[in-house]
Amino acid sequence: MHGFFETKNLTMQFGGLVAVSSFSLRLEQGELVGLIGPNGAGKTTVFNMITGALAPTAGHVYWQEQEITGLPLNQVAARGIARTFQNIRLFVDMTVLENVMVSFHHKIPTMFWECMLDLPRARRTEEQIKRESMELLQELGLAHLAHEKAGSLPYGQQRRLEIARALATRPRLLLLDEPAAGMNPLETMDLAQLVSDLRARHSLTVLLIEHDMKFVMRLCERIKVLDYGVTIAEGTPAEIQSNSEVIKAYLGDI
Amino acid sequence: MSKARRDQLLSVLGILVLFSVLYLFQLFGTDYQIRILNNMAIFITLAVSYNLVNGICGILHLGPNAFITVGAYTSALLTMSAAEKQASFIIEPLIWPLSVLHAPFVVSLLAGGILATLFAYLISYPVFRVRGDYLAIVTLGFGEVVRVLCNAFQTVTNGPLGLKGLQPHTNLWWSWGVAVLTIILITKLINSSYGRAMKAIRDDETAARAMGVDPFRHLLLAFLVSAFFSGVAGGLLAHLITTISPTLFTFFLTFNLLMMIVVGGLGSTTGAVLGAALFAWGGEALRVVENPINLGVIRIPGIPGMRMVIFSILLMVVIVFARRGIMGRKEFSWEWLIGKFSKSPTGGSSVAS
Repeated sequence: MHGFFETKNLTMQFGGLVAVSSFSLRLEQGELVGLIGPNGAGKTTVFNMITGALAPTAGHVYWQEQEITGLPLNQVAARGIARTFQNIRLFVDMTVLENVMVSFHHKIPTMFWECMLDLPRARRTEEQIKRESMELLQELGLAHLAHEKAGSLPYGQQRRLEIARALATRPRLLLLDEPAAGMNPLETMDLAQLVSDLRARHSLTVLLIEHDMKFVMRLCERIKVLDYGVTIAEGTPAEIQSNSEVIKAYLGDI
Repeated sequence: MSKARRDQLLSVLGILVLFSVLYLFQLFGTDYQIRILNNMAIFITLAVSYNLVNGICGILHLGPNAFITVGAYTSALLTMSAAEKQASFIIEPLIWPLSVLHAPFVVSLLAGGILATLFAYLISYPVFRVRGDYLAIVTLGFGEVVRVLCNAFQTVTNGPLGLKGLQPHTNLWWSWGVAVLTIILITKLINSSYGRAMKAIRDDETAARAMGVDPFRHLLLAFLVSAFFSGVAGGLLAHLITTISPTLFTFFLTFNLLMMIVVGGLGSTTGAVLGAALFAWGGEALRVVENPINLGVIRIPGIPGMRMVIFSILLMVVIVFARRGIMGRKEFSWEWLIGKFSKSPTGGSSVAS
């Protein structure tokens, strides 16, 4: 019916301002889709509506044949949709390892009193969370920083930690909000490789917002372009590059 | 021997040493010293449980005096005998079945804790609908409401007259036993996955939610656990001072607790313990300044309340020189203590070179 993931006519109005209007998108399992557009086009608002950070004014979000529109953020995350933040939002006072371990919390079997009494099951769960978190850090090349404060990491590695933390919720759909922002060209190409590796290894479906066109064109199979909240184009990277509407949106009338 | 095993052994050893010291005080200490130690233990229990909400979850909750009140009254009403109750409630008689209920001390403490938890649960929905300053005001309000209710419900609380002549059940073993148990259980909770979720909510609630953490469930958990131990401590307090009345549980009590955990370091259990111990001991030590002082030439008459002035100055000094309190968010660990002692001069020079 609605397939793997679908949004139908998602609309967000802030007072008189229509930030996003009638945003419809269908994702098949395993796809890697890019969402681009000039600043203020409403890309992050789309992410916020999908994940439940904002309740849409109108429209629907379907996930695995169920409507999840307006579900709270934490429940959407628990159902397997994870996201990273454009303006990095790590738990700065906790260590890198702890940041990742938080994401395992929502599905631990232990009750709080088992933890207070330090029962064997609580210890086993803790050990397992720690092991799986270290594996993820290893995968993202952050293992050697496990015991550093998250806030003390250099910028590029904070971005990687955001991804590690999102992956730790064990999502099936990963939303990346400008993962390459602030990275140099070399780091950006590393990241592109990482994203496509992670997608294969964790059988992820990825929807990403990015301004770095080289990154988007290299990585994405399909691209959707937003301008002033309206979808102006959709297609393969090659189609988007030659689309006159898109060129106009980015460069203005020529 | 693994590090975890070593730390566990050292902790057991530390507790044994603590209770040996207490035993020596029991044998040779004056009543006055024992009283300060009892106070200290109760304050430690209160500060550690208060810190779980304010320090670990990072919400400004200003109503722990409500939990302490509920615990103290519940426990007091249960240990008083029927005859004592009849003698106390002279204006309005105590309602049935409270008038005939009687329970041993330990049961009354647990009942105090459980009722405080129930009360916390009842107010949790309005409290956690808001955050920040609003939450502070709501909880401050509930704290006052409970005090006013204590004054008004004469048939339950005996109104402003309060409950008098309680048995002095609280001794060093009870007060410190509860304090040590509270520290252990709450530390385990803080260091568990649940504690991590609470800290995540403190650092960034939106990000925590995006990682699947339900803020309401975890704030509620901290709130209820905190209320339980505060209630038990209220019961201990009642049976230490043997007379309770609504004036004992004003906002001033909350303010003192807040001072303890801020001076100790918000978010640090070690800090809460230090803050409470300093407060209990310092409060008594500073009584000196309220006595008349004879400087030979001039005589300064005793000024009541001078202690609080000095406390305020100390508080400001801590805030100026250690903005995050004595401990910050750091915790005591055996690792750190061993590191302190094993720092040999040769080790120091190798670091320098």
